[in-house]
Amino acid sequence: MAEVAGVVKETPSANARRRTWPPELNIFIGLVVIAAIFEILGWTLQGQSFLANPARLQIMILQVAIVGIIAVGVTQVIITGGIDLSSGSVVSASAMIAMSFAQTSTYARAVYPTLTDLPVIVPILVGLACGLVAGLINGLLIAYTKIPAFIATLGMMVSARGVADWYTKGKPVSFPTDAYAAIGAGFRPVLIFLVIAIIFQLILRYTLYGKRTYAIGSNENAARVSGINVERHLVLVYAIAGLLAAVAAIVVSSRNLTAQAGMGFGYELDAIAMAVIGGTSLAGGRGSITGTVLGALIFGVITSGFTFLRVDAFYQEIIKGIIIVGAVVQDVYRQRLRGRI
Amino acid sequence: MGDDRGIVLRTEGLTKHYGGVRALEAADFELREGEHVAIVGDNGAGKSTFVRQITGVEQPTAGKIFFEGREVAFKNPIEARNVGIETVFQNLALADDLDIPSNLFLGREKVYFNLGPFSVLNERLMLARAKDALNTTGVKIPDLRAKMRNMSGGQRQCVAISRAASFASKLIIMDEPTAALGVQETAQVENIIRRLKARGIPLILVSHNLRQVLDLVDRIWVFRRGRIVGALDRDKTTGNDVVAMITGVTAGGEAAFV
Repeated sequence: MAEVAGVVKETPSANARRRTWPPELNIFIGLVVIAAIFEILGWTLQGQSFLANPARLQIMILQVAIVGIIAVGVTQVIITGGIDLSSGSVVSASAMIAMSFAQTSTYARAVYPTLTDLPVIVPILVGLACGLVAGLINGLLIAYTKIPAFIATLGMMVSARGVADWYTKGKPVSFPTDAYAAIGAGFRPVLIFLVIAIIFQLILRYTLYGKRTYAIGSNENAARVSGINVERHLVLVYAIAGLLAAVAAIVVSSRNLTAQAGMGFGYELDAIAMAVIGGTSLAGGRGSITGTVLGALIFGVITSGFTFLRVDAFYQEIIKGIIIVGAVVQDVYRQRLRGRI
Repeated sequence: MGDDRGIVLRTEGLTKHYGGVRALEAADFELREGEHVAIVGDNGAGKSTFVRQITGVEQPTAGKIFFEGREVAFKNPIEARNVGIETVFQNLALADDLDIPSNLFLGREKVYFNLGPFSVLNERLMLARAKDALNTTGVKIPDLRAKMRNMSGGQRQCVAISRAASFASKLIIMDEPTAALGVQETAQVENIIRRLKARGIPLILVSHNLRQVLDLVDRIWVFRRGRIVGALDRDKTTGNDVVAMITGVTAGGEAAFV
């Protein structure tokens, strides 16, 4: 009896505390702390500032922007309680196919010699369609055959890479038109990333789509008996994730002026890492795009910081792996803690 | 078919087999307008199975269900809900990561204008309606925008019941609503049930708690091993009669058969 009263009394203050302290703030503090550590290490080990170097920051932000676009889609997938391992391969397949419709006539060995110098909208739409189809297949498989998202998207990861290899029999696709090359030029990838992030943060927060996404990840059964068409919604979420992978594909192929079957390798894991570091729970139901943007920045600071400190690339991968596992461990721990309340 | 006037829900020979298991056998049940009834019985007596058939969670192997005089065959809980039957399930159908208004309006959100899945939610309206819903059921929760996860079992149950009570126009079904609650919280849920009675909304209450059952309902339907073995009038029965009927050890219980 006393216990019950205690719980009732305690809850409001606990709620109030949680509301004034959004989870994103913790991640932001994490970002500041990590950046500060690298700054200190920079002065002590390298004798120079880590942050006061515009060129380095610019490279870092450009690096995270492209995977960040993917992470926006992956975050939504993870909030529904799913996972998407196919994004990296979808990037390569979409980039190859989009690029083949973006080549200039000045290049003699175009993939489609009769289809050169097309308006830039054609490769864009073709690329987006590739990502959309891949995402739809993922979503339909997961929603209607009930196979785990892990398996369905693992299959897509292998198959899409196969498509990219088969498409030109392993040859890279290069020499895009100037208009296509302009898409990812300069600082535009960052702009595209931020616009996409803001749009989806608003959609997740203020629309039916967002409410359903969180509801399904939080309690799929509750969502279903409440009348939400869970299957249809999952297809939509995976389709959007595929579409955003295609956006990243267009941006990165435009920026590199070439597309090849091996590109995008490991993007899916980097994107998942950004989401998880940004506070998205692999158990579903929790996370935000704001968190993922901060997660992407943490990811970028760490990668760029290690390079700055001349840490061997092999060690970088090992440490990155540890950080991802650490983020998941603290999420699981936090959930157990809440379960006890 | 008989005269269904004054009868909200009636079942005829309702049967559910799971493979070889006869979970429910030829159940004839009825619920009158404004009536509160309880379904009691031992574990595995078929109570929850019965509820799953009449709420569309499962489809019966045989038998008929009549709701307001018309035969119905719900393919899913949403169809049942659309005709005005709300159910509070034993495992609460709440989304832990959402707040109270979101849970109350889950699946029937209010939006400003329709843009399909991208319709913008009218959160202000839902918050106001949620306040009203909790007021009419007498539930006091300090912070409506807090996530369900941070609430006590009683608060969660009250929210689940408020959701049912604020949308149910014709019938509410509660499966063990106080099974996991403390004394104070149980009293709160019982108060909500009394308010429903005052509002004339019929209720089917599945419960193990005989004190509660005798306190709250008009009639008690007793299930034993998949069969309905009797319906007892609350005013003409004692706890011992009910126990005798549940266990099948006759102690004058047979006389109370309807």
